[in-house]
Amino acid sequence: MACQCGNEEQNREEFLAPLRELLEDYESKEKYLIPILQDAQEEYGYLPKDVLREISGFLNLSFSQVYGVATFYSQFHLEPRGENIIRVCMGTACHVRGGEKILEKIKDELGIEDGGTTDDLHFTLESVACIGACGLAPVIMVNDDTHGRLTPEQVPEIIEEYK
Amino acid sequence: MEQSIYRSHILVCGGTGCVSSGCKEVQEALKDELKEKDLRDEVKIVETGCHGFCEKGPIMVMYPEGVFYCEVTPEDMEELVEEHILKGRTVERLLFTEPTSDDTIPSYTDIDFYSKQQRVVLSNCGKIDPEEIEEYIAKDGYEAVGRVLTNMEPQEVIDEVKDAGLRGRGGGGFPTGLKWQFAADEDSDKKYVICNADEGDPGAFMDRSLLEGDPHRIIEGMIIAGYAMGADEGYVYVRAEYPLAIDRLQKAIDQAEEYGLLGENLFDSGFDFKLQIKKGAGAFVCGEETALMASIEGKRGMPRPRPPFPAQKGLFGKPSNINNVESFANVPYIMREGADAYNSIGTEGSKGTKVFALTGNINNTGLAEVPMGITIEEIIYDIGGGITEGKDFKAVQIGGPSGGCLTQEHLDLPIDYDSLIEAGAMMGSGGLVVMDEDTCMVDVARFFLDFTQSESCGKCTPCREGTKRMLEILEKITSGEGEEGDIAQLERLAENIKSTSLCGLGQTAPNPVLSTLEYFRDEYEAHIYEDNCPAGVCEELTGDYYVIDEDTCIGCTACVDVCPVDVISGEQGEAHVIDEEGCITCGACAETCPVDAISQA
Ligand SMILES: Cc1cc2nc3c(=O)[nH]c(=O)nc-3n(C[C@H](O)[C@H](O)[C@H](O)COP(=O)(O)O)c2cc1C
Ligand code: FES
Repeated sequence: MACQCGNEEQNREEFLAPLRELLEDYESKEKYLIPILQDAQEEYGYLPKDVLREISGFLNLSFSQVYGVATFYSQFHLEPRGENIIRVCMGTACHVRGGEKILEKIKDELGIEDGGTTDDLHFTLESVACIGACGLAPVIMVNDDTHGRLTPEQVPEIIEEYK
Repeated sequence: MEQSIYRSHILVCGGTGCVSSGCKEVQEALKDELKEKDLRDEVKIVETGCHGFCEKGPIMVMYPEGVFYCEVTPEDMEELVEEHILKGRTVERLLFTEPTSDDTIPSYTDIDFYSKQQRVVLSNCGKIDPEEIEEYIAKDGYEAVGRVLTNMEPQEVIDEVKDAGLRGRGGGGFPTGLKWQFAADEDSDKKYVICNADEGDPGAFMDRSLLEGDPHRIIEGMIIAGYAMGADEGYVYVRAEYPLAIDRLQKAIDQAEEYGLLGENLFDSGFDFKLQIKKGAGAFVCGEETALMASIEGKRGMPRPRPPFPAQKGLFGKPSNINNVESFANVPYIMREGADAYNSIGTEGSKGTKVFALTGNINNTGLAEVPMGITIEEIIYDIGGGITEGKDFKAVQIGGPSGGCLTQEHLDLPIDYDSLIEAGAMMGSGGLVVMDEDTCMVDVARFFLDFTQSESCGKCTPCREGTKRMLEILEKITSGEGEEGDIAQLERLAENIKSTSLCGLGQTAPNPVLSTLEYFRDEYEAHIYEDNCPAGVCEELTGDYYVIDEDTCIGCTACVDVCPVDVISGEQGEAHVIDEEGCITCGACAETCPVDAISQA
């Protein structure tokens, strides 16, 4: 939704200021596209359209190429995301040790689907393939914390920690 | 820097597995305890990389005694310092108990999990502080590269690697020396060495542990490779999901630069080499070499047809060589100990060791490095401690989504590249997912297809559309809608996808289906023709209540206690019954039953 206050240009500038700052560390070369997208997402939490446009201008790449890369990699998100990201491992080791049940329980607890975000933007839930902590299957990651050897009963307790 | 002599070293595992089991808190508590007892000058805490025994984390090893403590908690630290450090007595209750014999084992080296392994690549993992370059150097680190750069011609290096018989650990098993030769033979002003640390295979984490536990070994291997083929620049492509590995590797690169081991004119040889990390962005297909290079270039990670091979036209159009993390990790050992020492380990066609990730329904999950040619049985039972909860072994999936399953009949199969291919599986990255009797093999096949289907990059039609059709059929079968002709259709699609896909992802995607069809065809048939999932996994095919077999029931009342909806009744000592109306199929009763009398109707 466009801003209604009449100061659109100024707001846009303010919004893009952090991006411009991080672009200062880069040369205008195609090989920096992915690192720039990673940094920008770190800054904004997701990749808003204006940010992608600015990046395509900076790198002299077409918008469709930048969009193509941003949608190809599962790490990038074009929609706002929750403050806390819950990643549930659906890898093989976790699958045979009941990862599915953990995902179901979290869905129930938060009332969202896989890939969804709660209305208060507090949690985003996504399933991922292997976090590389298979020895502790089933595993979930909340932000950068790994929680392993889970049972569905432990789920509410863990979610509570991040509320 | 002031160096002091410590009377004891306590090694605390700081690998990802142990971090999530709480090793940071343990370390804090230990520090406090040492401070309180004024032992900080006598005892040094070393945070190491993964010990491989993730199941039992957090893990701690006390030196000089070599006593191995596992599943330690912050609350244990007071007793541990008091007893072990001050009084010199082992804390029995924190020792490891062998699952096969119930014996407690005090020493690291006597535990079956470790004693049956041969640690070449992992020799430093869990033994040194990966964030201190001096510790790697003290273990003969960077000795090989020093000798190579000052005493050997590039061709001699390549010949040594060829003689060693090293084959790529990233999946294909291509001879590493030969690959280096291709890149060396190209005439170019610029060449690249790339390390593939994308490790997308679900169920595999050996590359992660290596990068976290011994990052300098990879750096050393890459410098040697660069020298051998005339490349002065290297990239390590690491999955973004591995933040700790990225962090440790970056520290290691910085330290190596400080020590003049990376940069210009290394060892006064005139050879320059610089190294940088490239973070992946979450796409399984980027593990494929041409897709990986496209990704480094800032493009969508899609594979392209070969030839031209990377050795001819690789990264940024220049000759490039790409190897897996574990492949590079073998190189310093080969150059230090010599090709003959290396090729004395292993089998005729597969030399050296391989690191396997043991996961699934197995007692000792973790990383195990074993000589090539060891049998599946030795890995699962001797090292892995057998199947959890005393259940029966059913199958082991090897090689991830590209691989296949092996069964009871393969238990004495010696594992090497060639024997696995013959058996319809493949080495892959070395993930071993063990499955017990309660696993439905049709569901496993559906699971893998679901994975490859969603990771297909969409460039070629057989892979994009074909895997979707196969997945649809498998979903039909697992939801009870399977019909005559489905199996034949699966087989036809599988053959087409295998022979016409552009890259390895599509070419191997049907493997899990084909191998489960070969060994567990009766399970598919039970789903299709008898509306029955023999393992009781596929929900639509299992009843919506549980029953107790009255002949087996011993009337112990254990199930009554755990039933959350109180629908089990019966006198103690007599057979019990479940009221099917009220049963919510939570399965708690079946899990508790000591005599396996309860099953889904
Ligand atoms: C879909 C796909 C995924 C792959 N993923 C990986 C991976 O995660 N790590 C890896 O080392 N090799 C992976 N490979 C194999 C690489 O293409 C390449 O063969 C390997 O990195 C070569 O190294 P090596 O000769 O040392 O084994 C993958 C191949 C395909 C087709
Ligand atoms: S399969 Fe879940 S962490 Fe690897």
